Amino acid sequence: MIENLFFMNGYGLYVWSAFSFTLLSFLTLFLIIKIQYNKEKNKFIAKFGSLDTERAAFAKSQSINKEILSNISNI
Amino acid sequence: MFKYFEPSKIFSITSKAPKYVLFLFIVILSIGLTEALILSPEDYKQSHSVRIMYVHVPAAWISLGIFSAITFLSIVGYIFKIRNFFLIAKSLAPSGLVFNIIALVTGSIWGKPTWGTWWAWDARITSMLILVLFYIMYLIAWRIFEDNDKVFKVTSVITILGIINVPIIKYSVDWWNTLHQPASINILSKSSIHISMLFPLLTMTAAFALFSLLIFLMKYNTELIKIKNKGLDRL
Repeated sequence: MIENLFFMNGYGLYVWSAFSFTLLSFLTLFLIIKIQYNKEKNKFIAKFGSLDTERAAFAKSQSINKEILSNISNI
Repeated sequence: MFKYFEPSKIFSITSKAPKYVLFLFIVILSIGLTEALILSPEDYKQSHSVRIMYVHVPAAWISLGIFSAITFLSIVGYIFKIRNFFLIAKSLAPSGLVFNIIALVTGSIWGKPTWGTWWAWDARITSMLILVLFYIMYLIAWRIFEDNDKVFKVTSVITILGIINVPIIKYSVDWWNTLHQPASINILSKSSIHISMLFPLLTMTAAFALFSLLIFLMKYNTELIKIKNKGLDRL
């Protein structure tokens, strides 16, 4: 049973290569997008932190900024 | 109803959704992989190599669907000047490109044991390769052009030219004598695929669609934060 799952009558190499390539592509794309997201998120937090009180209050008055600061996802 | 289209409302939804979509994707993918690799039967002609279909076909379907969606969003966005449509289209493109590459590579892997060659300049395969080039041009255009009006115009032209290729991909197997087999699944008429193979195929399609939704949401959030970063610079 296990042997058949791996070798698949001689087609195992092709089948496992195709599935591995697909899953590896998924993982790579996910990591690239996650890195981009974290980079922009950190940039936003740093920029927000560097604002003086008046500008920070103004920026926080915009609901989207408030949402970004409070809803930054962990994914 | 319109309050849900405000950027803050959209962000509050799109920033929370990825973790749920990721969970659902992992569940559906696990079911799909079990079906595709273990439970589904081997083909009487292609033997176990038929299992490659469970990643190849959904990847091809989704890459075509995403390019069509990008074209629609670009055209409507350009006509009605809806900037958000361009942002959605831009966020869809990376997963579309990756699915297109997956379809080509897995098709090539399937071709070796079935046709005896990794590659053939067949109408279906060549037109899929052309679609990859359109995806690359589309993504490069977003990197090259800084000016919004220019990038909206250029990306719309690229998608309009690229969409001409989509029906060619779909009907290439009927119009020309190709190595690639004709479609086994037809929405309008009876499909020639057995239910034991159709079920894993549809499950894997659902998993791939969830993955593209996940990537879209993450990319869209990134783009929204990028815009807000520029806004903070102007304060």
